[in-house]
Amino acid sequence: MNEFRAEVRDWLAAHVPAQPLPTVDTAAGFAAHRGWERELAAARLSVVSWPPEYGGRGASLLDWLVFEEEYYAAAAPVRVGQNGLFLLAPTLFAHGTTEQRDRLLPPMARADEVWAQAWSEPGAGSDLAAIRATAARADGGWLLSGTKTWSTRAAFADRAFGLFRSDPGAERHRGLTYLLFDLRAEGVTVRPIRQLGGGTGFAEIFLDGVFVPDADVVGVPGEGWRIAMSTASHERGLSLRSPGRFTAAAARLVELWRRAGDPADTAMANRVVDAWIGAQAYRRHTFETAARLADGGTLGAESSLGKVFWSELDVALHETALDLLGPLAEVDGLPGADGRWLDGYLFALAGPIYAGTNEIQRTVIAERLLGLPR
Amino acid sequence: MIVTRSPEQEQFGTSLHDMLAAADVPGAARRWASGDWPDGLALWRKLAGAGVTALAVPERWGGLGASPLDTVVACEELGHHALPGPIAESVAVIPGLIAALADTAVSPALSDALPRLAAGDLIATLALPPWLPYAPDADVAGLVLLAETGTTETHAEAGTAKDAVVWLAEPGARHGSVDRARSLFEVSGREVLARGPAVADAVAHALQAGALASAAQLLGAGRALLAAGVRHAGQRIQFGRPVGAFQAVKHHLADVAIGLEFARPLLDAAAIALAAGDRAAARDTSAAKVACTDAARRAARAALQVHGAIGYTEEHDLHLWLMKVRALAGTWGSQAEHRARIMAELTAPDAPPWS
Repeated sequence: MNEFRAEVRDWLAAHVPAQPLPTVDTAAGFAAHRGWERELAAARLSVVSWPPEYGGRGASLLDWLVFEEEYYAAAAPVRVGQNGLFLLAPTLFAHGTTEQRDRLLPPMARADEVWAQAWSEPGAGSDLAAIRATAARADGGWLLSGTKTWSTRAAFADRAFGLFRSDPGAERHRGLTYLLFDLRAEGVTVRPIRQLGGGTGFAEIFLDGVFVPDADVVGVPGEGWRIAMSTASHERGLSLRSPGRFTAAAARLVELWRRAGDPADTAMANRVVDAWIGAQAYRRHTFETAARLADGGTLGAESSLGKVFWSELDVALHETALDLLGPLAEVDGLPGADGRWLDGYLFALAGPIYAGTNEIQRTVIAERLLGLPR
Repeated sequence: MIVTRSPEQEQFGTSLHDMLAAADVPGAARRWASGDWPDGLALWRKLAGAGVTALAVPERWGGLGASPLDTVVACEELGHHALPGPIAESVAVIPGLIAALADTAVSPALSDALPRLAAGDLIATLALPPWLPYAPDADVAGLVLLAETGTTETHAEAGTAKDAVVWLAEPGARHGSVDRARSLFEVSGREVLARGPAVADAVAHALQAGALASAAQLLGAGRALLAAGVRHAGQRIQFGRPVGAFQAVKHHLADVAIGLEFARPLLDAAAIALAAGDRAAARDTSAAKVACTDAARRAARAALQVHGAIGYTEEHDLHLWLMKVRALAGTWGSQAEHRARIMAELTAPDAPPWS
């Protein structure tokens, strides 16, 4: 075992709360998760792949994957800051100014500022370029107006990032600007949305002339689409999603089978085996991709292959576990490891929808990778 | 640490692809199916010239002593082009099996088998019941073996049975295969070449090498079927547009691409585990066989569906790949046997970690 893996494993063994934290979708749970992030940050484990000056360790992509494996294997808390860490930070590294990085990244690493994403709108889901929320030029900045929705973590987060139409006359992929705004600024109303499981993991954001200074524009105004897309398939983003979640779930599934499976039920045994095969395939594929990126390769439309694969694997893993639990599957708050399957299942159900629905991804695969006609 | 295919291995695969793409492999396969072998055998000689038949033969017998991953790269390309002949058996399994028995099995029948296999002067095949009940293409083989593990074990345990015997065998009755460029032969043991626990290890290794090589062929065949489906969908016009412009067709083919993309890392991982003599090799070769079979079958179904009726004809070459996939899917262990073996490994007290 390499030294870094051993350090992470030991630290997590000593620090992961014995009892799961209350859900991140309550004010108390959100605060508890923020506290956990601060503990991680104090050990310089919250953003291992970032440069040391921003609180990281400059870890390689492979070491980041090692960290993630250990993190999920230890059943550590949900990363409340994940929108900022995995979506905004890569964009700031690629397109932000030094001033923005210096100002925004350290508080992000400590969860002093937790970020929500503000991409979707009521009329712009899969068709993200249909964005209608506007950014109007004002003295020293911009005034934001419109509605954003399905904004993950927005109910309790501090700030948000998103795309706004700054040039209504331009072609729809142009004239968009990437902007950062404060969720507690004047003119912002956040309305939490209850999800199918009862929690408020996302929210609607109403903006009415919200002022954003020029310092909080990422990149050049009007170039927002290109900037957002250039990091949409970023290696540390959702597209190269770390396999840790799936390998940890597959290992727990095998344990559950050992304990609760009926050896005569070969159909169920085969589902367990296929879930394990899927997790192993995704793991090997991701490590290979990471090795290729470390050699200077790039990631483009092929990230769509992974998105469909992991999101369907995640649902299958959790459905198999719930089917193994049988009549206990519906029980809210089962003790011990069994209690994690239901939450995991509800979370997994969103996977085929967010970050570009799997139908969009399949079309991208067919047209851009296979070369089928549009 | 994750080992990936080296640039040399990628180049080897590409050069085999170029060689086979320039030859008329479908024509040779059709003639092979009617008992007319010379063109197919000429392709085997060409491949021997490129080193394919020497890969798994140790250097001391005139081979290349290459890694299982090299053999996987080659078998994938042979499957990609639907080459006829006992590929897994002759290229991937028999060289290692004979080499493992070299100290115990002393028979004139084996004396120069390895150098001749390496040079491409000998094609060999075997049966290994119950995983491989018939010896494929024994009619073109100059050497036929029969490997038997203990008779009381279940299929799932056959790979670890602690007694085995390897026979020099006599081909008997011939059965046709769904892949008409493939013949299946009953065999009977004529002369015991080796027996005992060491033989059991050699047979267990043979089983993994065979499962891995057939998985590689399946993946290659799946890639060819995806390419054929994409090509046809881009050319065939219905309702005034290429059928590939319809989203239902696109999504079928995208799912095929996903299946193939995520089967290949399992194939390579198994080859690396096998090379290292890793405890995980049995589990990982089975995972590779299961995933490559599923991916190839999805590719076969989608390719046929996209082609429509023309794909259902003998006139069109597509059937060469479709039927090969169906034949290889059940050979060197069924899906059920491999899944059972994976479960046995995952739940064993000394289950290996992720590899």
